[in-house]
Amino acid sequence: MSFPPSIKSRPVYGVLSPRPGQAHLIIADGEGAGAVADLFASGPGIAERAHVLYTPGPNGTDDWAVIAGLGAAQAQRAASVPTLLFRLARVLLDAKAGTQCYLAGSEGLIGQAERDLMAQGVPHQDIQKEHRGSTVRRVQCVHCKGVTENVRTDPFQCSHCGLHLFVRDHYSRRLAAFQGVCIDAEEPGNIPPPVEKFA
Amino acid sequence: MLDLKPDFGGFFKDETFVGDFTFANSPSAVRRFPFPFDRDQYMYSVNIEPHVPTRPGSVLEHAFDIDEHYVSEMRDRARVLARDPLRCQSLPHMELAGWDLVELIMESLSRDYPQWFTLERSGNDWHWVNKPLGIDQRFTFLDPSTLPYGPMEYITRQMQGDFTLQDERDGNLWVDAGMVTTQADWSLDFDIGMNFFEWHAPVPLAHEKGIFDRALKFLLKLQHGAPVRRFNWTMTVNPLLDTAPETYPEWGPSKTTLTQANLGAKQHLRVELQSLFRLPRSNAIAFSIRAYLGSFQDLVTVPKWGRRLHRVVRDLHPDLAAYKGFLRNRDAMVEWLSKYDDGAPTSPGIWPED
Repeated sequence: MSFPPSIKSRPVYGVLSPRPGQAHLIIADGEGAGAVADLFASGPGIAERAHVLYTPGPNGTDDWAVIAGLGAAQAQRAASVPTLLFRLARVLLDAKAGTQCYLAGSEGLIGQAERDLMAQGVPHQDIQKEHRGSTVRRVQCVHCKGVTENVRTDPFQCSHCGLHLFVRDHYSRRLAAFQGVCIDAEEPGNIPPPVEKFA
Repeated sequence: MLDLKPDFGGFFKDETFVGDFTFANSPSAVRRFPFPFDRDQYMYSVNIEPHVPTRPGSVLEHAFDIDEHYVSEMRDRARVLARDPLRCQSLPHMELAGWDLVELIMESLSRDYPQWFTLERSGNDWHWVNKPLGIDQRFTFLDPSTLPYGPMEYITRQMQGDFTLQDERDGNLWVDAGMVTTQADWSLDFDIGMNFFEWHAPVPLAHEKGIFDRALKFLLKLQHGAPVRRFNWTMTVNPLLDTAPETYPEWGPSKTTLTQANLGAKQHLRVELQSLFRLPRSNAIAFSIRAYLGSFQDLVTVPKWGRRLHRVVRDLHPDLAAYKGFLRNRDAMVEWLSKYDDGAPTSPGIWPED
């Protein structure tokens, strides 16, 4: 799926395509398994140099069987995004120059993996990203700085400070999060009913 | 710690920008207010001009304007930073740009305001005296262990206005450091690390007009020693310098307090004198965002400004009024300002007497 046109900070996604590399680091969640399968199908040399980290999506989709059947040199299933990121940190300790990075799945997983890759010096322009599956958002409360995962409605209630926040398209790669801003700051208590915008 | 021992002397005002809001402009400060509208309507443009000294006594007389609010503004900045240190951040690769900024500001202030600031340099041994803030600092230039803060934070705790430092890479500018406590509702903590298009992303209409493409091309050509400037503006209820998104739930309710009786005193035109300097060692660009607050009742004492402000606010594109956060109060502002617009023509330019 593609997202409607938005402001310039809102991430845009492409389609994973194989590029020559010493190694292929592939990180996916949920329906992102399908994008990984398509990548392998279009790049016959990838599997033998591939390391895949996979976790179920925020909507519960678990296509680990798809990943396990791809014949990647290494593939691990993590129980959650945070546990996947622990594994990623270990993988990055040994990552060679010339490693190609591919991310697929939900925006929260893609954003957090991109953030951790950037912290290791990988330019964000060099990271391929393909969105598949859930559109729930990872949102930072601009007031308390807490991040709420898997936001489905706009507005929503900050899981840290309890303020009711509207969800902007303004996005920080450094935080891997959209921005949430108090919706009733000017008229406290005047909170419109939440609308299911992300699924 | 930067231990402020403020000396207000006979020039600097002892006032607040929060709580009891004792901030006020003196009559001479009103006359030198940087009224930003050079005609009777407003739309975005790439309104950038060389930042050359002009008009003695005006805010454009020097590279950096130090005015009667200096000491109280620095006290307000220290208050904000004590509460929320995330308002000042510098990514690790920006330290050299911070030193460039130290040099730019210390040289400018000691040259333009020798009665308040002195800088003695002997190689990298520097001696900086800031009399209004009671600071006497010897340090080694480029050695951060000799200052109580990182270089950018150290000097911007002594400078009115916000600062950001832009790294240049990949044909773009990246806001990778900043001191932001007098902002028009944007978050450094959220935006740090973004490129020129990303941190301007929420601005309506201007992207479609190609404003940011042209502005970036212009800024990438910025040369050391040839700074540029532009004005920007918004509206603020009460003379609150720190209109931060972080604290929006605290100051947001003030927008619902305006009446025709109090609007002239409470509603302020907030003008940013923005100046940009290419830095010599880092090749970064320093962006100075200096905010001036002027109450409507003070501004209309200049007849030309009263007429023009009424026309600009009345005719502004609603998307801009919404983005600048005053759509809610626009009709009330127009009603109040209309009393100061007799329909007479106004002269071109921003200056009150022209």
